[in-house]
Parts: sequence; C-alpha cells; structure tokens
Amino acid sequence: MKTALCFFLALLAPVAQAQGLAPDVLVKTITDEVVAMLKKDKDIQAGDTQKAAELIEAKIVPHFDFTRMARLAMARNWRSATPDQQKQLASEFKTLLVRTYSTALTNYRDQKIDYKPLRAKPEDTEVTVKSDVKQSGSSQPVSIDYEMEKTDSGWKIYDVKVGGVSLVTTYRDTFASEVRDHGIDGLIKSLAAKNRETERVKAGKS
Amino acid sequence: MADLKRLCAALFFAGSLAGCATSGGNPADPLERVNRVTFAFNDAADKVVLIPVAKGYRAVFPGFVRTGISNFFSNLEDVWVSVNDVLQGKFQEGLEDATRVIFNSTFGIAGLFDFASDVGLAKRNEDFGQTLGWWGVDTGPYLVIPFLGPSSFRDGFGLLVDGRADLVYRAVDDVPLRNSLYATRAISNRANLLDASSVVEQAALDRYSFVRDAWLQRRRNLVYDGNPPRERDDSDDEPAK
Repeated sequence: MKTALCFFLALLAPVAQAQGLAPDVLVKTITDEVVAMLKKDKDIQAGDTQKAAELIEAKIVPHFDFTRMARLAMARNWRSATPDQQKQLASEFKTLLVRTYSTALTNYRDQKIDYKPLRAKPEDTEVTVKSDVKQSGSSQPVSIDYEMEKTDSGWKIYDVKVGGVSLVTTYRDTFASEVRDHGIDGLIKSLAAKNRETERVKAGKS
Repeated sequence: MADLKRLCAALFFAGSLAGCATSGGNPADPLERVNRVTFAFNDAADKVVLIPVAKGYRAVFPGFVRTGISNFFSNLEDVWVSVNDVLQGKFQEGLEDATRVIFNSTFGIAGLFDFASDVGLAKRNEDFGQTLGWWGVDTGPYLVIPFLGPSSFRDGFGLLVDGRADLVYRAVDDVPLRNSLYATRAISNRANLLDASSVVEQAALDRYSFVRDAWLQRRRNLVYDGNPPRERDDSDDEPAK
C-alpha cells in the first residue's frame, strides 16, 4: 500500500513542480536537486564545464526570466532597443551567465546552505529569498539572495545577489558604455564575441 | 601618522591627475583614467607573482593546513572586528565576536580551528571603513590602490587605520618575522580567492568596470550588514510584459 502511494506521489511530483510552489520552496527544491546531482557527478567536479552547462540549462534556466534580467542590465537603453535587438540581448546575456555559472559550479565542493525565513505577504508578487552558504575552509558564510517575481508560469528569478553583489546590475556600466561608444548592435556583437571566445577556450582545453 | 600624510599627498596627486583626464561616465569613479592604470598594474603583478605563488601554496599544503593558517589570521582579525562592532554601537555583536576570539584562541588552539563557528558564532566582516560608513561617511571616489586593489577614499583611509590596529603590526616587533607573517597572510588570502577570480575572468566583458561595480555593491552591502535599502531602479519603471 505504502509503495503504491509513493509511486503515485512520484508521478504527481513533476506536475506540481514550479507551478504551485511558494518562492522559497521553489528555490530550495531546485538547489537541493542540483546539489544532489553535483555531488554525484565526478565529471563536473573535475572541471567539465560543458556538462555543468547542460545541468544549468535543464534544471536552472527554466526558472529565470532572462528578458527582465537583460532589461535591468540595460537600464534606460532597453527602451531604445528594437524588439529584435531585445531578443538578441536576452539570449546573449543568458549564454554569458550560463557559461559563467558553469565555471562556478565546477568549483562546488561541500557547501552547506541555510535558508532564512521568507518575509512576504501572500499577495506579494515580488519577493526576496535569502540564503547563507557556508563554504568549507572559510568560516564566513556568503549570502545568496534571489529576487523573484510571480508570473503566470510560477515564480521566476530575475536577479541573484552574491554577498550583496547583483549578477545583473554589475553589468550596467559596462553595457551603458558599450552602447554609448558602439550602439546597441555593438553591445550585442561584443557579447556574442565574448561568448564565442569562452567557447574557443573550452574547445582548446579538452 | 606619517602614513596618513603620505596617503593624503597621494590622494591629492591622484586627484590633480584626474583633473586633466576626462571621466568615463560613472559619477562614483571620477579618477577612472588613473584607476585603470593602477588596475592594469595590479593585474599584471597578480598574474606574474601572486597567482603563481598562491597556486603553488595550494599545491604544496594540504587543505587542513591551509584552513588552519587562514583561521589563524582570521582569529587575529576578529579582535579588531569586535572593536568595530562596538564603534558602530553593536554591543551584542561585539560581545559575540570577542567570545569568538576567546573560544578560538583557547579551544581552537591559538586560532588554528574555528571552533566558535561550529557552536553557532559565525564570523562577521567589519573594518574601519565600514565603521565610517555606518556613521554616515560617504564612500567618496572609487580608488584602486597599488598592490591592494579596489578601494575608495573612505575605505582607503579605513585601511590605514586597520593597518595600525592590525595585531601582526602591533604585537610583532621583529621585522623579518612580521614581514613573513604579512606575506603568508597575503598568499593565504589570495589562495582563498583563486576560484572566485576564475569566475570573474569568465563573467566580465570589461573587467575593470565589472570589478569596480561589484566592489562598490559589496561595500555598500557590508556597511548595511547585508540589508541595504533598495535603490530605485530607473529601468524598472517599465511594467514587465
């Protein structure tokens, strides 16, 4: 009987995922899942960024709103971009972030993650999920905060702050000066070039 | 206070240099021209000297030895951390951080083990620059200091005070020993950051402005102890589609 129930619950689980979950539960579920996979994966631990990128692409990317992230990083230049340019910006920015964080994931060792209680009202559509990561070898925990918004397809993350440093707004000045000097197409071009360059480095490595 | 005079002279010099340079656009960084030169210099020094030494250090010493060394210096630093807690009126925190020092110096065998963290007293990050910030002193212009890296007028001054209060400086009179301790600490700190710097390498289009903006956000976050007030986003007034 118990086995049957477990089986039934296991069937339900993927459906329930992402849609109905509270933001803090969602972050915790994704993180737990990714951490469990990282712990098993000897290739990623050995520095296989390609495999880490695939993991991010499958498990993490669906929960991010890259359009909003690109818009935040572009600040007021976003409005002067055409819809097509906006699409390209969001896609190149996504590639850059996935590449970056696949490097970071290969550095993952035995970190312990604590979640702080969520301070939000049920009707809120924007919340911050806060967590502390304790790294082995360093006594000071690093805070990781997720800025999230409620959308029709569940909660989405639009910014991550590591130790108070936003992974989105840190690009703002770079983007602004690139747009000032070379225009929006210039920025798209240098993002694409940066993404190709890291791809080449990777290809050369393996 | 000769150091202070020297710093003021250096700041004045940097300021007058920047006067003739056109700024890159960020109001927090009027000295961008000079800072970029210092940044490039630090970067080169880092690549040629510090990174190879830190990598060697990591290759030679096993993890538990490196953790012990890192904990040892961190414990010395906690004395000054607790003073800064008190200077910011955070007496509870000051007491906790002083307790950390007592626990780690005794049960933690002269600070080699971070015993206090295991019993729930997590390490805090405080320094004199943060104390000034807590009292309302503005960050001032961003400043890249040779060999030390990103800082600001306020935090550069804070670093001078930190250096004076540093236990290695105060308690060790033997100059060669003191210098070896300084060097060991620098290498240990750099080794702890090797992974982080490889991520920055990957992330940044322009490393200078990436590091600057990350550093400014980081310091703001530290001054507010992890809960900075929200900044109004000029980009976020457009409703999400």
